[in-house]
Amino acid sequence: MSPDPSPQALVRAEPEASFEVTFDGRPLTALPGQSLAAALWAAGILAWRTTRGSGAPRGAFCGIGACYDCLLTVNGRPNQRACLVPARPGDILTTQEGTGHADLAV
Amino acid sequence: MPTSPSEPTAPTDLAVVGAGPAGLAAAVAAADLGLRVTLLDAGERPGGQFYRHPAPGLGARRPEALHHGWRAFAGRVHRLRDHQRHGRVTHLTAHHVWTVVRDPDGWRLHAVAGPEETPATVRAAAVLLATGAYERQLPFPGWTLPGVVGAGGAQAMLKSGLVLPGKRIVVAGSGPLLPAVAGSLAAAGARVPAVVEAASYTGYAREVPSLVRNPGKLVEGAVHGGGLLRHSVRLLTRHAVTAAHGKDRVEAVTVSRLDRDWRPVPGTGRRIPCDALAVGHGLVPQLELGTGLGCATRRTPDGTLALELDGDQRTSVPGVWAAGEAGGIGGAELALTEGELAAASIAHELRGTPYPRAVAGLARRRARLRAFADAMAAAHRPGPGWTGWLDDATDVCRCEEVPAGSIREAVAELGARDARTVKLLTRAGMGWCQGRMCGQAVACLAGEEPAADRRPLSCPVPLKHLAELPPPAEAGAED
Ligand SMILES: Cc1cc2nc3c(=O)[nH]c(=O)nc-3n(C[C@H](O)[C@H](O)[C@H](O)COP(=O)(O)OP(=O)(O)OC[C@H]3O[C@@H](n4cnc5c(N)ncnc54)[C@H](O)[C@@H]3O)c2cc1C
Ligand code: FES
Repeated sequence: MSPDPSPQALVRAEPEASFEVTFDGRPLTALPGQSLAAALWAAGILAWRTTRGSGAPRGAFCGIGACYDCLLTVNGRPNQRACLVPARPGDILTTQEGTGHADLAV
Repeated sequence: MPTSPSEPTAPTDLAVVGAGPAGLAAAVAAADLGLRVTLLDAGERPGGQFYRHPAPGLGARRPEALHHGWRAFAGRVHRLRDHQRHGRVTHLTAHHVWTVVRDPDGWRLHAVAGPEETPATVRAAAVLLATGAYERQLPFPGWTLPGVVGAGGAQAMLKSGLVLPGKRIVVAGSGPLLPAVAGSLAAAGARVPAVVEAASYTGYAREVPSLVRNPGKLVEGAVHGGGLLRHSVRLLTRHAVTAAHGKDRVEAVTVSRLDRDWRPVPGTGRRIPCDALAVGHGLVPQLELGTGLGCATRRTPDGTLALELDGDQRTSVPGVWAAGEAGGIGGAELALTEGELAAASIAHELRGTPYPRAVAGLARRRARLRAFADAMAAAHRPGPGWTGWLDDATDVCRCEEVPAGSIREAVAELGARDARTVKLLTRAGMGWCQGRMCGQAVACLAGEEPAADRRPLSCPVPLKHLAELPPPAEAGAED
């Protein structure tokens, strides 16, 4: 009787209408309120950045905004923490290579 | 509304940084006592790490399925909304506070708001730091592969976004969070072939008195244990994941037996296939706003540092209080308790408000829960042999891609004796996360106890906001 176990089934989610975002040109479905990282994970995508040194793939690691491994270019704006930024209809996400840009003080 | 640094908001009584259990409880209790409160959080919704929950748009009809103690949270959010309606609490969401500086009338908090990184400034007579914690990570070969995620991180993504990193997820590391995470992942449909715990649990035996004074915690443990049995999850104690394998993402992990010092026992490694690994070795208090202000710290039983607090939750800096994990890892119930104690103390100090009658009970509960937390921390303190998991090629610093070999060389050949010198020689800890992920590991490799966070800013800030800041009289940014 009960549906297959899934995160949505567990909390009996009845999400509002889903919408589309694109990742490197590929359309993905996101649910309202999901972070960009969650939308990517839901599509089975675990990596959306390559490192500056070795070009290694990275995605979300800490899940809470502390590690900065999930940096993503969102609508042309680099260095967004995908685990914090909510997905919005029509967002254009692109793999971030290296530093994105360098006008930020650390 | 957020304003630019040159036009800060009218001063408020209390600014609370962090809307987790501690900050939320404090904001609501302080407003109950008549203070005007501004509550700031980097996240979109109140709740912090423990009460993370799906956004309204996800339509969760049973969000409590991923939580215990949901009623304590729902009640406070109700009161928060009520205070907001009456103008007693201002809740600034998606505001990341990057520094707190002294002001003639108290304090000035500087934040960046939202993805547009709009500057915002809040002025307040008193500050409460309720900034929580992040996970302690101990590196091992393969830990930078996609699919290797924080254990608490996996839990956080599940609770807020209703997503899983894979279908077959090994849970590993150390600490009481692991069984909880494994239970949630399994309930949400993942296969969890094993929970791999580096400690032995025998440490708990020594702590029987504080355990029996915390029956609620024992019940919690039993519930998680029962959930694990039901999902046929294997619990391996005194074992660790010593390597993750895969090309573009994790495909398997090697699990090894550990000796008493957490050194892998040669020849005991075996492979477990999986498509994700959720790993974490307990939590590290997030202190930089406090240490930036010069607040004193104390060493906790698991070797990390926390803010030093008095019985009223005051830091060593007058006008600055802290509650929850910033003062030592202890769980959500302790965070709620400390938030309420802090609110009572702040109202007393700012307005002479008498302490509510409940305060004595809160103080007793805090003492009991702290004793329990200290016992857990001691039992899960990393053994020195964990560095045996690292080969020289393993990146220790994820941001700057600094391998263990370079750090060992800085120590053995260049004479670095502390994490700071290692950092200068190798760039470990100089990247985006400012050492949050590698700091503990670098300190161990340098042969010292992990030191307090000393980051000039608590998050990266656009240069133009820094330029607009008034002269840094006491910003404490000496590093
Ligand atoms: C990733 C993670 C997952 C966890 N999962 C569980 C679990 O499943 N079960 C369990 O029992 N315990 C869990 N814990 C522990 C639990 O979160 C704590 O016991 C409890 O939440 C402590 O409450 P707190 O209010 O002290 O801090 P937190 O709940 O961590 O809240 C701190 C808040 O401060 C905000 N913040 C921090 N710095 C700033 C800043 N500079 N500017 C603005 N906002 C800031 C954060 O966004 C956060 O909302 C987890 C911890 C972590 C780190
Ligand atoms: S996953 Fe760590 S900052 Fe986003």
